[in-house]
Amino acid sequence: MHPAPSVIVFTTLSGLGFGLLFWLGAGLITPTGWAGFAFFAIAYILAVGGLLASTFHLGHPERALKAFTQWRTSWLSREGCAAVSALVIMALYGAGLIFLDARWAPLGWLGAALSLGVTFTTSMIYAQMRTIPRWRTWLTPALLLAISLAGGALLAGRITLAIALLTIAALFQIAWWVRGDGALSRSGTDLKTATGLGPIGAPRAFEPPHTGTNYLLREFVHVVGRRHAQKLRIIALVLGYVLPVMLLGLPGGHLTAGLAVLSHIAGIAASRWLFFAEAEHVVGLYYGKRHA
Amino acid sequence: MTALPPATPRKLGLVIDLDTCVGCHACVISCKGWNTENYGAPLSDQRPYGEDPSGTFLNRVHSYEVQPLATSAAPHPAAQLVHFPKSCLHCEDAPCVTVCPTGASYKRAEDGIVLVNESDCIGCGLCAWACPYGAREMDAEEGVMKKCTLCVDRIYNENLPEIDRVPTCVRTCPAGARHFGDFNDPDSGVSTLTAARGGFDLMPEQGTRPVNKYLPPRPRDTLDAAPQTDILAPFLDTPLDEPQGFVAWLDRALSKV
Repeated sequence: MHPAPSVIVFTTLSGLGFGLLFWLGAGLITPTGWAGFAFFAIAYILAVGGLLASTFHLGHPERALKAFTQWRTSWLSREGCAAVSALVIMALYGAGLIFLDARWAPLGWLGAALSLGVTFTTSMIYAQMRTIPRWRTWLTPALLLAISLAGGALLAGRITLAIALLTIAALFQIAWWVRGDGALSRSGTDLKTATGLGPIGAPRAFEPPHTGTNYLLREFVHVVGRRHAQKLRIIALVLGYVLPVMLLGLPGGHLTAGLAVLSHIAGIAASRWLFFAEAEHVVGLYYGKRHA
Repeated sequence: MTALPPATPRKLGLVIDLDTCVGCHACVISCKGWNTENYGAPLSDQRPYGEDPSGTFLNRVHSYEVQPLATSAAPHPAAQLVHFPKSCLHCEDAPCVTVCPTGASYKRAEDGIVLVNESDCIGCGLCAWACPYGAREMDAEEGVMKKCTLCVDRIYNENLPEIDRVPTCVRTCPAGARHFGDFNDPDSGVSTLTAARGGFDLMPEQGTRPVNKYLPPRPRDTLDAAPQTDILAPFLDTPLDEPQGFVAWLDRALSKV
């Protein structure tokens, strides 16, 4: 899959923002006044910034309102509904904390559940794709939720919790990579089933339908070198999980915490780039670009 | 509405005969022509005469080489070249429809054609992600998703002579490799062809239940299966075994070096 920068920025930042909103709503931290304003501002900048970035890849962003209508069937529509309701509920809850010094706990819990729901619905957009065997697993929502919660705890400044959740997220990350590497060959979809020529013998792509490129090749047939990918996985693992955990162990207050957050964001962005770049869409089989 | 209809009274689709297709790409061109000049946004091209040309097509013809397995009857079967036209299969469980967030993508309840309402499409591309066949292409000029309409503006079009009320790819095919009809009617041409020739689904394991069927290529004739009679042999001179004259001297001289 083409690793579109807008979608990488969106899933990375929004995941972090909604993770922080979850912990705010759940009552892990209840900052009031200016402190409350700072926390909510960070969460909203990340969550809303990410959502805005995601509209950049739309062909017709001016029709985006229509995307709230098909929540019965579409995970993308559910994501939109969850995002808007989470942002509205958490704005009310935040206003209570910031301006009235009042914590409306049930409202916070509802907002927390919706914030978690945003990350879950985002992950299901990917996990539902039978066409991309690497994504089609319960590990995809587990991974994205773990990253969101870990990042949220990191931003909330809860060091012990952040270390625990970052460790869990790292384990899910490794499990997701290991499972994903054999997913296409295990899926049963190959050039034989794609062409139906399997009963005759082993087909080989002889000539593509077009000499130039096209939308399908640009969007779905992104091939990333294996050695290149392994290097990026190590970078993602170190920056996203290992380094933040080590920095959190050091005394240094806001400085090391800030470095931990930046390192985490960079690592998750690398992981998210790989999430798309390594994903093999089965349409690549028709072009002989997959070797399952 | 992006929920799929439970069942459709008619099930319109294509049968594509991989035995007959000669790979001429006429269906590709006529599809591009009709669907650029008629319903919906035109199928645009980017830099068609420049570097790195690209464009939107709803029907494309791949070519595959397949090596049949050896049998006792045919110990050295020749490889077969199979031309493979591919367009939307109008699946019964179309994953492209249910993922659409706006309801732009839908499957018609009356005849099962999968269409895009272009004025509702936000161009998110998710339907193309969900399609295993690469049947949907985002138009780079219009920013909306384009796909085969089964020439919905031809098949019901009473302004056209009756013979033309089929998808343009079917009408154009000079080899008769594409057939159009109702799969819900057991006596239709497409149903009888599918039954007689063992029509199959592409990627059945994807669970899409495609309406379009493909007919397998027949085994090719094998030269070594029948006793060979080379009718030209008696008329051909026996080739020279030994060189003569200057060439023979050169051959001998060079052999000694």
